[in-house]
Amino acid sequence: MNPNQTSASANLTTDLLISAHQIQHRFGENQVLQDIDFQIHRNQIITLIGPNGAGKSTLVKILLKILKPTQGQVTHHQNLVIGFMPQKIQIDPTLPLTVKRFLQLGLKKAEHNTTQIETIAQELQIASHLNQAVQSLSGGEMQRVLLARALIRNPDLLVLDEPVQGIDLQSQSQIYQLIHEQQQKRQCGVLMISHDLHLVMKHTDEVICLNQHVCCSGTVQSLRDHPSFIAQFGTDLPEHALYQHHHDHCKHG
Amino acid sequence: MTLDPFMLYALSAGLLAAWLAAPLGVFVVWQRQAYFGETLAHSALLGIGLGLILQIHLTLAILLISFLIVISLHQLRQSALLATDTLLGILAHGSLALGLVVISLQDNIQLDIMGYLFGDILSVHREDLYWMLGLGLLLLMFFYRNWHDLLNLTLNTELAQVEGIKVKALQLQMTLLLALVIAVAMKIVGILLITSLLILPAATARRLANTPEQMLGYTFFTASFSVATGLILSYYLDLPSGPAIVVSAMALFLVLLLKPKKA
Repeated sequence: MNPNQTSASANLTTDLLISAHQIQHRFGENQVLQDIDFQIHRNQIITLIGPNGAGKSTLVKILLKILKPTQGQVTHHQNLVIGFMPQKIQIDPTLPLTVKRFLQLGLKKAEHNTTQIETIAQELQIASHLNQAVQSLSGGEMQRVLLARALIRNPDLLVLDEPVQGIDLQSQSQIYQLIHEQQQKRQCGVLMISHDLHLVMKHTDEVICLNQHVCCSGTVQSLRDHPSFIAQFGTDLPEHALYQHHHDHCKHG
Repeated sequence: MTLDPFMLYALSAGLLAAWLAAPLGVFVVWQRQAYFGETLAHSALLGIGLGLILQIHLTLAILLISFLIVISLHQLRQSALLATDTLLGILAHGSLALGLVVISLQDNIQLDIMGYLFGDILSVHREDLYWMLGLGLLLLMFFYRNWHDLLNLTLNTELAQVEGIKVKALQLQMTLLLALVIAVAMKIVGILLITSLLILPAATARRLANTPEQMLGYTFFTASFSVATGLILSYYLDLPSGPAIVVSAMALFLVLLLKPKKA
């Protein structure tokens, strides 16, 4: 065998972070996912979009191995470290917890490292909140704290479930900016969920449009004109949302 | 002031029960599981009824019923289309009523139901104290080993799972420990009042604490204070001991409401 070929294929397998094969899932009688094949590599940004009830969160739970699919296989790269940012986190006000302690809890017991926390807090502009109660943060601040917690384990893959939902426009672009910076710096993979196309980060390499099955996938640009994408979203979304996205893309590009 | 030996006995049983309840109590409060704790407590009466019929150890019977309640709750959540608090209400009161029926059907046994419902510290035996000490050691080991993981699963179960914590196993272990504490502490405050021994000291401690560990520390303190004053009051004023403990815990809670809340 050609030695070059071996090293190339070895490289490929080490870069493959998660691969899923022929995923199907049912909740009782309800088929929520079918025929899904999925792969994500290091240094790749994938955004999963789809209407409410399309099975996005279910698919992510299956990919994270939180949920066992009815059928199909999910394989993680050996020693894969995942940084996860859940959609919402509700911490009861009776739990006395500072932001700093919240981040510390993300570290393994043995490696309590204050400088690491302070560095990430600086980078994500939450340093001034470290001694504040975690329940007292605003929506945008909380999202940055959750991002910090996801990053603190130096993950190979960052999984973000609707990272900008429910926060104002300015904070939204700030969060996308921070995610992009961190991804560039760490060269990790990013898997993101979004419920509509104009909330897709502009640096996304691949958009996967999900509605129980993968209806289409590709770059943001290629998807906009895809007939099955228009069939899925053309009626669900106001038309100007698509145009607005287009506009956005031109402005930044 | 001198206390007779009987009082010393009651006091050590009461304090032990309060200390067993403290670490579980803070998690019950943080995880909003008060009603779940209440349901487990109520179902303990069914456990007693079952234990008497089958002639097995009552603590074992209570554990079996708790396990059954957890499984029923899990199944009903998926199929019954009802909110969790409704399901808990059904299970709590259904099992309590069923327990009362089962016990009253056994006419060959003379049983002090009031003692089970509201506690009867006079009925505490030396054997009960040994059970409590053993359980105390078990709890100490469990919380020492899993404190970090338990805090994380309190924050968010999915995040905890992604970070490699065995969420389901820990939750089940904690539930079984809770059932054990209910089984041994039942004689002190009774199954109808035992939830207050779990949540009142923890809720009071929230006012004083800045970290989860501090809150646990203050919970031990407020629980001990409530048990001691409750028992002393019940001794001198001839009050039922269980309600006296809960009333003094309640009084301490109300007094500390006057103190401004910490962050």
